[in-house]
Amino acid sequence: MATRGEITSGLAEILEEVAGVNPDDVAEEKSFTDDLDVDSLSMVEVVVAAEEKFGVKIPDNEVQNLKTVGDAVSYIEANH
Amino acid sequence: MSNVDVVVTGLGATTPLGGDVASTWDAMLAGRSGVSTITAEWAEQLTVKIAAQLKVDPSEVIERVRMRRLDRSEAIALIAAKQAWADAGLEGSEIDKERLAVSLGSGIGGALTLLNQDDILEQSGQRKVSPHTVPMLMPNGPAAWVGIELGAQAGVHAMASACATGAEAMALGLDIIRSGRADVVLAGGTEAVIHPLPFAGFANMRAMSTRNDEPEKASRPWDKGRDGFVFGEGAGAVVLERAEHAKARGARVYARLAGAGITSDGFDIVQPDPECKGGARAMSRAIRDAGLTGADIVHVNAHATSTPVGDMGEIVGIKAAVGTHPVLTSTKSMSGHLLGAAGALESIATILAIRDSVVPPTINLDDPDERLDLDVAAHKARPLDIPAAMNNSFGFGGHNVALVFTRA
Repeated sequence: MATRGEITSGLAEILEEVAGVNPDDVAEEKSFTDDLDVDSLSMVEVVVAAEEKFGVKIPDNEVQNLKTVGDAVSYIEANH
Repeated sequence: MSNVDVVVTGLGATTPLGGDVASTWDAMLAGRSGVSTITAEWAEQLTVKIAAQLKVDPSEVIERVRMRRLDRSEAIALIAAKQAWADAGLEGSEIDKERLAVSLGSGIGGALTLLNQDDILEQSGQRKVSPHTVPMLMPNGPAAWVGIELGAQAGVHAMASACATGAEAMALGLDIIRSGRADVVLAGGTEAVIHPLPFAGFANMRAMSTRNDEPEKASRPWDKGRDGFVFGEGAGAVVLERAEHAKARGARVYARLAGAGITSDGFDIVQPDPECKGGARAMSRAIRDAGLTGADIVHVNAHATSTPVGDMGEIVGIKAAVGTHPVLTSTKSMSGHLLGAAGALESIATILAIRDSVVPPTINLDDPDERLDLDVAAHKARPLDIPAAMNNSFGFGGHNVALVFTRA
């Protein structure tokens, strides 16, 4: 089981790869769209990469609930 | 003839000869070839193993994350357009974006993305296909990205007329400014599809050179030993501007785009009309549109791709429409054939020939075809005073475009 911190840093790696987000800017309270400037198409890429990295399924209707990094971490923590 | 003068104020390119206009032009004047062996593994199974590949990969210019959402043809169109924009002194300028248009096309479009994403779909399923796929492969993608980059709001147009695309984009740009729809048009062409599928298709048409053991000698327009064109990739862009607009902002002017002629053969989907009747009509129209006569055209940057049939047909057309006096060249002997970008790059070569009073050489013309009875600047660049010059581009489908540039 990955810790919340490990999931956060895993997401930070994905966000850097896909959207060029500085890993230092990634924290649980940050909003993907408002704070990290991840647009909707890049968010699709982030989700697909996260599914692969953490071995989870993130259905499309779940994605809209993942507003912040922390939301994503919680979902992954609960479902992987 | 139009009473609106249109001038060229900026140039940009990334080509097999160099990552910008200056290095490309230097290579042309020096007679260097941009053709080399394809090192990718896929080339081993094909009959054609050579290409004119970009000298500077776009990933060296555009940041990695941005490249993820750009087809290669879009990336290099952006590079060429930004160079032209900066060269025209328009970077950070306050020009009216509602009077700025884009006219930029591609022969084949985002096929590289289409083919690569299809591989991903086959191997890994829908989920792994990039959500950027459609804007990367759509044929208007390069023009649209350039429009976004420059903030163009007077219309973004994407030509698709095969190997005449780049020239037709210039012709449309001229029309747009003359009609009063815009003051400035970023016009150009782009192509980047060095991939086994188009190679296999063109090779099976027997249209491409198979001189694999001597890549630098493979593109040899008008030479008896020519055996097809050399597939190239690259992008070229120019800033076209209403002359008064350029003058008002104190812009440096390279040349005038004085006239354009567009015709179609109505003949065959791939074969050029052997007598080049459509090509000759395009040339005549361009000359008339410029308010000139054939005698005024002292230099022609010919379409001449190094194919057995096409090269000689164009000679017939030039003699009919221009005369026997112009000094010809085919810069494709050095750059290879950039398909949809060819007309853009060759327009740039024509413009710089006028500026520098020099005709770039046609390399590899060692043993001219007997039917070549016009003067070609073979092997070496030739100094020549050039008040007016023409650029020809013809494309599969029977598209013919001639452009006349004159000294400003």
